[in-house]
Amino acid sequence: MTEIELLSWARGPGLQIATIIFVAGVVIRVVEILLLGRKANLAEAKGGEMANGMKTMITRTVPDRTTFKRSSVTIVSGYAFHIGLFVVCFLSAPHILFLKDIIGFGWPAAPTAVIDAFAVITIIAMLVTLVNRLTNRVMRYLTNFEDLLTWFVTFLPVVTGYIAFHRIGMTAPTLLAVHILSVELLLVVFPFTKLMHAFTLFIARWYNGAISGYRGVAS
Amino acid sequence: MSASIEKGINAFKRQVDSSVAAFFSSCVHCGLCAEACLFYTETGDPKRTPINKTEPLRRIWKSEFTLMGRLGKMVGLTKKVDDALLAEWQELVYDSCTLCGRCSMVCPVGNDIALMIRKTREGMAAAGQAPEGLIGATNRSVTIGSPMGVKWPALRAQIKHVEEDTGLTIPVDIEDVDYMLLLSSMEIMNFPEFIEAVAKIFDKAGVTWTISSEAFEATNSGIQIGVSDIAAELVQRIVDVADKLRVKTVISPECGHAYMAIRWDGPNLVGKPFNFKVRHILEVLDELRKDGRLKLSGKETQKLTYHDPCQISRRGGVIDEPRRLIDMFAEDFVEMPDGGKMNWCCGAGGGVSANERADEIRLKVFDRKKAQLEAIRPDGIISACSNCRIHLEDGLEEHNMDIPLLSLTETIAEHLAED
Repeated sequence: MTEIELLSWARGPGLQIATIIFVAGVVIRVVEILLLGRKANLAEAKGGEMANGMKTMITRTVPDRTTFKRSSVTIVSGYAFHIGLFVVCFLSAPHILFLKDIIGFGWPAAPTAVIDAFAVITIIAMLVTLVNRLTNRVMRYLTNFEDLLTWFVTFLPVVTGYIAFHRIGMTAPTLLAVHILSVELLLVVFPFTKLMHAFTLFIARWYNGAISGYRGVAS
Repeated sequence: MSASIEKGINAFKRQVDSSVAAFFSSCVHCGLCAEACLFYTETGDPKRTPINKTEPLRRIWKSEFTLMGRLGKMVGLTKKVDDALLAEWQELVYDSCTLCGRCSMVCPVGNDIALMIRKTREGMAAAGQAPEGLIGATNRSVTIGSPMGVKWPALRAQIKHVEEDTGLTIPVDIEDVDYMLLLSSMEIMNFPEFIEAVAKIFDKAGVTWTISSEAFEATNSGIQIGVSDIAAELVQRIVDVADKLRVKTVISPECGHAYMAIRWDGPNLVGKPFNFKVRHILEVLDELRKDGRLKLSGKETQKLTYHDPCQISRRGGVIDEPRRLIDMFAEDFVEMPDGGKMNWCCGAGGGVSANERADEIRLKVFDRKKAQLEAIRPDGIISACSNCRIHLEDGLEEHNMDIPLLSLTETIAEHLAED
């Protein structure tokens, strides 16, 4: 297989297969959660479920002061790599062009220098999260194979993307093929691991807010 | 597989619903919940990380309610739930958790971890893996009607004392009144002043009320140990009497989990909405205040703080009411750091105080409360849960800290304005 054939496969059938697994997997996971249902609350309500559930979906993004003080490394590195991932995924010009081909519309890109800076921030932040995971007493205790796998498949596209963009080491088609393949690996692993939190956290936060809100507590 | 583990697994399965599935699907093992839990912060033991306490329930969710888990189970790849696991987890699920729910407030993905631990207890208890102390309290609740074995004659004697001391009549088994007061065994045995306080306040406010000789116990060991059938039976006793007496509102006393049991879990346990309202005593007093029926005189000049009982504040929604009431008599009120819905638990709720095995860790985790108190150095601590009160007194004594504990209801009664 030549490097062009590899790139074609990655951009064509490879991407299709990965996308199908990703979409079907995510749908199955979300449906298998929602189909379980939840019993209606028969206690007299003191507040609203819906409004507080929706509110908590957003407010839970911000930690309370004591938690921030006690877990600042986890929180800052977590924020940094999530924001970094968002910026490099959705605001870099090549990604927007790539997505425009698929979904038919695009949006303004951030300047290259900004994307470059965010890529470096993301890489550093993810390395910090890994070191934190392996050294923090609680995280080390909780960490299992899946935590390391998901870290790896998330880290890989960032690094391969950075290398591809700066054309380090190999020829452009090979670098791009490797980058796309790494994204496909992420897509395939995503629905079957904790990466699903990107979707399910909104359901979880809604339930949390709804449960508290029903009792008149803003969570 | 033993019969009890099978029962346990079935009980775990019954606990899984869409909220639990969403919670487990979302956990990223960030460990933030540990820093919200006094059983971790005061021991530094990562086993006591809140989400880790739910491991038995997680395994059942994973292997029975997810596609990958079911596939994994077919090829023998899932982690099993067996007696050995549950025996190991007992100490985490019961001794190291007061169901205070602080973890549920900080989890960045929104997991209600306290609810997940509460549900884990259902499986643990069904599998026969609950602490002796809690099993004893639960058995006494079912057979005698009180976890401390308090029977009606004991309460009748306390009522007689209160009547002699106050010259007031305590209404018993009166029909068609506005309020039926429940009591915790702890109040009956250790703090009968509470009954006296309510009698005085209601007398001044012109409230019609009663105590039932058939169902006066507010506490519910069933929800602490995690046996919904028993919890439902204990709630049903109150429902039957409240319906028989046709009371408009049942009052939950100064006890945290009793409020959770009757107010929020009650109708769900018995499977139908109540024909009456349920209010915490502080909600009732705050209503009386709002209606101008609660008039106080004199001010407390000492520096006072309020310890929010978890099940009343964070898990129960009664947060502003005590503060409005305290404002009526306190000149110098200070909040503890993290006071209100983020208050730190005293360390004795959720059945921990009924579990002798947890005595040592219960006093160890009091260090968190001690740090909170040292930050503001109050002259007195007001609270609204007799279990918190007993434990706070224990902890303060252990550290030679001389800070009196006050019941909010009793303090209000002391400040009632003379006509």
